[in-house]
Amino acid sequence: MKLDAKIPEGPIAEKWQKHKDKINLVNPANKRLIDVIVVGTGLAGGSASATLAELGYNVKAFCYQDSPRRAHSIAAQGGINAAKNYQGDGDSPYRLFYDTVKGGDYRSREANVYRLAEVSANIIDQCVAQGVPFARDYGGLLDNRSFGGVLVSRTFYAKGQTGQQLLLGAYSAMNRQIARGKIEMFNRHEMLDVVIVDGKARGIIARNMVTGEIQRHSAHAVVIASGGYGNVYFLSTNAMGSNATAAWKIHKKGAFFANPCFTQIHPTCIPRSGDYQSKLTLMSESLRNDGRIWVPKNMDDVMAIREGRKKPTDLAEEDRDYYLERRYPAFGNLVPRDVASRAAKERCDAGYGVNATGEAVYLDFAAAIERYGKEQCKIHNISNPSKAEILSRGEKVVESKYGNLFQMYEKITADNPYKTPMMIYPATHYTMGGIWVDYNLMTTIEGCYAIGEANFSDHGANRLGASALMQGLADGYFVLPYTIGDYLSHDIRTGAIPTDTKEFDEAEKAVKERIEFFINNSGSHSVDYFHKKLGKIMWDKVGMARNEKGLNEAIEEIAELRAQFWKEVKVTGKANEINPELEKAGRVADFLELGELFARDALERNESCGGHFREESVELDGEQKGEAKRDDKNYAYVAAWEYKSESAKDSVLHKEELEFKDIELKQRSYK
Amino acid sequence: MSASASIFQSSIAKKYWMAISGLFLMIFLLQHFAINFLSVISPDLFNEVSHFMGTNPLVQFGLQPVLMFGVIYHLAMGIRLDMQNRAARPTKYAYEKPGESSTWMSRNMIITGLTIFAFLGLHFYDFWIPEITTKYVAGDISGLNAHGEYRYFEELVHKMSDPIRVGIYCVSFVLLALHLMHGFQSAFQSIGARVGKYKNLIIGLGKAYAIAVPAGFIVIALFHLITH
Amino acid sequence: MSNMNLTLKIWRQNGPDDKGKMVEYKVSDISEHMSFLEMMDVLNEQLIAKGEDPVAFDHDCREGICGMCSMFINGEAHGPDRAITTCQLHMRTFNDGDTIYIEPWRAKAFPVIKDLMVDRSAFDRIQHAGGYISVNTSGNTQDANALPIAKAAADEAMDAATCIGCGACVATCKNSSAMLFVGAKVSQYALLPQGQVEAAERVKNMVEQMDLEGFGNCTNTGACEVECPKGISLENIARMNRELFKSMVAG
Repeated sequence: MKLDAKIPEGPIAEKWQKHKDKINLVNPANKRLIDVIVVGTGLAGGSASATLAELGYNVKAFCYQDSPRRAHSIAAQGGINAAKNYQGDGDSPYRLFYDTVKGGDYRSREANVYRLAEVSANIIDQCVAQGVPFARDYGGLLDNRSFGGVLVSRTFYAKGQTGQQLLLGAYSAMNRQIARGKIEMFNRHEMLDVVIVDGKARGIIARNMVTGEIQRHSAHAVVIASGGYGNVYFLSTNAMGSNATAAWKIHKKGAFFANPCFTQIHPTCIPRSGDYQSKLTLMSESLRNDGRIWVPKNMDDVMAIREGRKKPTDLAEEDRDYYLERRYPAFGNLVPRDVASRAAKERCDAGYGVNATGEAVYLDFAAAIERYGKEQCKIHNISNPSKAEILSRGEKVVESKYGNLFQMYEKITADNPYKTPMMIYPATHYTMGGIWVDYNLMTTIEGCYAIGEANFSDHGANRLGASALMQGLADGYFVLPYTIGDYLSHDIRTGAIPTDTKEFDEAEKAVKERIEFFINNSGSHSVDYFHKKLGKIMWDKVGMARNEKGLNEAIEEIAELRAQFWKEVKVTGKANEINPELEKAGRVADFLELGELFARDALERNESCGGHFREESVELDGEQKGEAKRDDKNYAYVAAWEYKSESAKDSVLHKEELEFKDIELKQRSYK
Repeated sequence: MSASASIFQSSIAKKYWMAISGLFLMIFLLQHFAINFLSVISPDLFNEVSHFMGTNPLVQFGLQPVLMFGVIYHLAMGIRLDMQNRAARPTKYAYEKPGESSTWMSRNMIITGLTIFAFLGLHFYDFWIPEITTKYVAGDISGLNAHGEYRYFEELVHKMSDPIRVGIYCVSFVLLALHLMHGFQSAFQSIGARVGKYKNLIIGLGKAYAIAVPAGFIVIALFHLITH
Repeated sequence: MSNMNLTLKIWRQNGPDDKGKMVEYKVSDISEHMSFLEMMDVLNEQLIAKGEDPVAFDHDCREGICGMCSMFINGEAHGPDRAITTCQLHMRTFNDGDTIYIEPWRAKAFPVIKDLMVDRSAFDRIQHAGGYISVNTSGNTQDANALPIAKAAADEAMDAATCIGCGACVATCKNSSAMLFVGAKVSQYALLPQGQVEAAERVKNMVEQMDLEGFGNCTNTGACEVECPKGISLENIARMNRELFKSMVAG
């Protein structure tokens, strides 16, 4: 099968408009004859459900949580990018496009990214109209902040809860359609398979998680908006329930999975404190606007701090190594996430980690507090202010910017970040890879779409801060509702899809058999036991830095672990009741396949790009010595994997060559 | 929801009426206190004002029924809301620490309220029923005793000479204070006025009122017990 | 501080129709750095190892924003600490040898599904009744900066919008009243110009649905505000009361 991205002809700035002008539309009267299933209700799924319902389609929306409002988009803190140029600092759709492609280390599809940048401005307008309370300045206009990896201020935010506010906006739009009867909402339901009829996605098998009932749902198209697969690492900033099952099921039935090894390890998370840890908590990247990252220069001080003999505040300036500022003078603490994460790992691997586990660096606000404090004293005409006066005024400014993050940090760690530096360490956060989609966001299964984090298209090998929210909403509000019409226009005479067909029978049977297996298997280890083991393999060998030996080992180890899982997993409870262990078992079974493909993809890609760092591929000399080395000659493609068996060794690689007509490929330099 | 239904049936509208009847009763209480306090300053003035209030047709046939209705409504609605509220939590917690998040007064309005109502029974038996009997059953609206003097002050002093009765009155006023301590600010909250710059003012006024008025009544009762 | 041994008294209820009861468990070697839910994970691993049914509880993001976790711990919603959800509660709040009571949210409108899980779909239905601004996605709504909004109003709307819909207000209120939840949504839109057009209908419909769900009345005890993990102010209830009054007067 040849991959066809279906990128429209013409200059990049005109592609989307021309495409919209030409694609087929569905007459309003016919839309009500068409059903669409949307799996997932985060920013992408929620906004898509609402918009499709507004257009007149009958939408069936599914989420595993007890309400669409709880999807994990809600946890995004920092902000959402849009090329509004409200600050007059020279921003434009082209610049946002450029920054996103560059930030993604030239492994994303130009046409999709340009479209994303183009519709970004509409998102802000739409959200404000919905009543999303973005931060404003005293003139009543929208405020912006700047984020890592870019040179303009284009990030809109709502305190440190931007994801929450945007999701509640999409949720409110959904509520309006639920009230109109245009969205039928299935809370606490989990999709367990997709049903393909005559090569087209025509429905899903879902489990009612309260009663255990296995249900058949049919539709003319199926949209997967189930988020990323970061929980393959067990510990990540994802929610406990975040899973890859929906995405993996469509992969098994024919949807190619693209670039699974492109995973973002976010630099600013609260470090792990012990083996019982169930998840990691992100601290917004916006903290790097004012926080300075450092470790001690001298090993003696590191030891003294770990043993509690010294406090970080005891160290003089000259004894501190502000390693990001040292290595990247131009961007300093605002380098992109992948660069910041690797730099932290480099210091900790060298032994300079500052907590008991040796995996933590400092994020220090003392300088910012002093700077803001002096500024405030000047504004208020206080001459010769005392140190205490400066600090107290500075702390107030910092509190107004990051108060809720500081409070969260203090609740978790019992340290006061106004007085002592925060400790941070990188953690798995976002997966750029995902289901392969064409320009219309359709997967390689006809009628099956993937949007938001679940697809691969816009972030290449690394995602810039504040771009995930932008992509989720762009796909759901402004892209999919148009492109899906082109496909559905052929279905106006199809009529309702029956569920009493052999395709549904077979899919349901397979789902039921798997559930029966889990319930009846007399194993000896809980699901978490296997999940933690998988996570450890992934983190150690497919984590922030990867090499051939480790990846080969990981592939073998995951295959072994998977075999052991199917023999020894123990699931308590029954099938026909609320059963969190059963839910986890199904999800971990899928992660155990995905993890192996992930490692295989990482092995195949012998270059360092974005979040994927191969130790074999680094610059050997010059100014960039030791930095990641991309190989555009051999790897400027999207790796789209076709499923053949549960072993990733059988998976078939298809390459979508990436063409860059509007951007010159350059080595990323943040020096 | 039709407008007329919502004005009476929505949970919030019921609270408006609770608040409005409560505020009305607080105004009544204030004037009642003011008149009673005259008995400490000047028995003659007290007699004159009492006679006016007891015989003025506007007060007797206009305000008195409204007051009666207000008391009954406030009580009946209070009981009804309390029953609804109890029904909203059919299974109780095994372990609760309500004191961590709210005051005893705010949680026990029904207890303080019912006690005050029980006290009202005694109060009616003491003053209101004899008064009504004299005026409307016996038909004597002169307000004079056998000696041809106003009887109001004398009756008051007579009732307040019993230490047990005064004791009951005092306990009831303490409960009234507790009821008002929450009720005053709660009424303003229910009508949506306990907000912004008025919030602290209302809370302060509420405390002052809730302490001063019942304390004043206690002072009056004790004054007559001790001086006569 | 060394690790702790604790006695847990947990509400176990097999399903909506089961009667349910408090059951005692022991956990040992609990680190003070654990979150409360991680302590529950330890208990569940222990139960699974013994072949017993693990305790079912709602949780998802474990960073205090999704609103899924919902435990009434030692007599308080989300436990003894303030301004946090159960998942952010850490074991350092407790002492070695403590007995901890863990119960589900209690309200007629929040029936128990299993153990500590309750059905909060009543909240969703209230939102369906009016928790939105009727604007379609068109791509040509007016520019976001066309209508300036005073910073104070935007900030206050944000403070109301920060509600995570966890239901701690209902669980805490002695009347199981949902007024803080509904008041927060009504306030968010009442404070923004975009919300004005439908303001009267919105508050009427949302309050009507709230009443239909069987929540109790507000008696202004203020407990909800104290226990709310996001510090939603009682002023939002006052504002809703005003908004409803305005809508009734306006007819």
